[in-house]
Amino acid sequence: MECRELLKKLCSINAVTGNENAAAQAIADILADYCDEVRIDSFYNVIALKKGQGKSPRNIMVTAHYDQIGLIVTGIDENGFLRFTNMGGVDPKVLAAQEVTVHGRKDTHGVIGTKPPHLIPPEDADKPVKMEDMLIDIGYDAEHARQLVSVGDPVSFRFPVIELKNNRMAGRSMDNRSSVAALVEMLKELKRINHDDNVYAVATVQEESGLVGAFMASWNIKPDLAIAIDVCHGDMPDVPSDESFPLGKGAAVAVGPILSREHTRACIRLAKRERIPYQIDAEEKDTGTEAAVYSSALEGIPTILLSIPAKYMHTQVEEVSLDDIDAVARLAARYIAFRDEVIQEGDSHE
Amino acid sequence: MNRQDMIGTAGGDCPEGLIETLKKLTTLDGVSGDEKPVRDYIIEIIKGRVDSWHVDNMGNLIAFKKGTGAGRKVMLAAHMDEVGLLVTGINDNGLLKFKAVGGIETRVLVGKRVRIGRDRVPGIIGYKPIHLQDASERKSSVKKSALAIDIGAKDREQAEEWVSVGDTVAFDYDPVEFGDRKIMAKALDDRSGCAILTELLKNRYPFDLYGCFTVQEEIGLKGAKAAAYAVAPDLAIVLEGTTCYDLTGTDEHMMSTRLGGGPAVTVMDRSVISDRGLFRFIADTAENGGIPWQIKRTVSGGTDAGRIQVSGSGVKVCTIAVPCRYIHTPVSVMDKSDFFNTLRLAQEVLAGLPEWLEKCGREAGSAPDND
Repeated sequence: MECRELLKKLCSINAVTGNENAAAQAIADILADYCDEVRIDSFYNVIALKKGQGKSPRNIMVTAHYDQIGLIVTGIDENGFLRFTNMGGVDPKVLAAQEVTVHGRKDTHGVIGTKPPHLIPPEDADKPVKMEDMLIDIGYDAEHARQLVSVGDPVSFRFPVIELKNNRMAGRSMDNRSSVAALVEMLKELKRINHDDNVYAVATVQEESGLVGAFMASWNIKPDLAIAIDVCHGDMPDVPSDESFPLGKGAAVAVGPILSREHTRACIRLAKRERIPYQIDAEEKDTGTEAAVYSSALEGIPTILLSIPAKYMHTQVEEVSLDDIDAVARLAARYIAFRDEVIQEGDSHE
Repeated sequence: MNRQDMIGTAGGDCPEGLIETLKKLTTLDGVSGDEKPVRDYIIEIIKGRVDSWHVDNMGNLIAFKKGTGAGRKVMLAAHMDEVGLLVTGINDNGLLKFKAVGGIETRVLVGKRVRIGRDRVPGIIGYKPIHLQDASERKSSVKKSALAIDIGAKDREQAEEWVSVGDTVAFDYDPVEFGDRKIMAKALDDRSGCAILTELLKNRYPFDLYGCFTVQEEIGLKGAKAAAYAVAPDLAIVLEGTTCYDLTGTDEHMMSTRLGGGPAVTVMDRSVISDRGLFRFIADTAENGGIPWQIKRTVSGGTDAGRIQVSGSGVKVCTIAVPCRYIHTPVSVMDKSDFFNTLRLAQEVLAGLPEWLEKCGREAGSAPDND
């Protein structure tokens, strides 16, 4: 499947963080075409193994979380409207007049209701609407609503993938399905080149609710090297230029205290050598990604973080470039295959 | 002709295909001043149903159906236009600046998909990620100046290959049927009225009927003024999609209308005080026909009725409307039973009009039914 179609397919899967159970098999089916074996662990991490050809293969783990931010039902009122709160970091400002799917007894369409302007007092015009004051309208009375929906049911945003100019795609859950797409593209690339080491491509769970899946994945696989793939902030107006990265300019390679200096430098040298577009993402703290877990997991796993720039993160219109997905996939695959060469080329600064 | 013949569909469900027609109408783009796609489709529907039709200088579509009786002129109006955006500038970074065409609340623009111009170029409206908002930004509402349309262009020059300043922008949302007889769509205000009007044009009446599909309602009831001038009707009924905010926690008197409560008949809004006699006649018709109906409670908002009323020597007007939740957003919601009952009420009203008009004529000089 071509990357464009793959990304659309991945984005159509609903996996609100902590509710990946219904989605795991669909993710496994996609990965299965490009590896030797796939399994789903007890937390619904999807683990694909592509075996290496070396005599004593090491284990490389590459992960991309497949959960998405969403909502959870907290109440059903006397008129059949649903109250809710967030699952993961949801900005209440992006919720007005949005379509949702309530994953109740069956998937149920809903709309997040908004107050018409003439009912908003002028003194409240500049105040944000609180999430607890919003309602989901599923078009049923209370009795019918209670038959379909229970408190605790997850709610996902309903939003198709929009194809923009310059190979860019926008939609909900580009964080982090674009990275899952990169994971698949990486496996495709690894079919074309020889690699000695075993590659565990893992689609992880519950990143948006505290990097949870990453803990189990690192324990289950105990890799010699971890490569985390995630999104970073895309360049847009009114955000700091050192915290955001232009779309279409390549993989963002993170450099910072928690990341393996040796591997990161080697990875950058490889990108130069292979003419894979890249940009440097300086991360002074824990990166907010699964890399933070891997770098201090077990006895400390040497970790690289590769990111795909995404504009408008945690809105329904997260925007990424297919070119950046391709750059991340190729860089990860080639680093897995050729890293010993570039590490040996390393200079004394490391 | 007896009443039953004129009504055409007595009881039962919505006429076959009308919901599909409505859904199709909501997929077309007709931001105020740029209504052509909607108009072209309506012409296709009605051209076999009317005696003649024409498009006036403003873009109003005026259809004529000769009456079987004496020359009273009745005007039915539904506006084709919808709220949307207008591209007002292109930034160096390729993002498009815009202004709202009609009343759109800034808050509902965040995280939406749109299409631009006649080529329907896809675009999105993003927002600064919550991770990068400072404490004051998190505590304040959506900043209008921060909003822009992103089509994926790298810079201004590239964006100009695909879009121009002055292009209209419509929401890109397809209709969804959900819940208990609910339809979610953009532009239910006023494609619901347009759909009903196309259906009403199937029948012939004792009076001359002018079916007016008007333009530019959302920016100040512009089209109806010209249409009413040309038609010079004796009486006009406006078919609308109107506000409804019946969500839990809203005071009843602020609800405007209640979804599922039947067609909303306007006593008064910002643009007009309905003709008292005509209002009473419509209300009585609903009561006598067993059709659920409601009074539009709030007096906000305006309709074409306001312009038609003051045309010529004055026109008796009233508005019958389908209640729509989340009006002026891409996800407005109506109840199919309200839609159908609005059609039924309009049919019954037209069937009873000759008698009522005759009564008005007899009592000329004194206001009819002015109780």
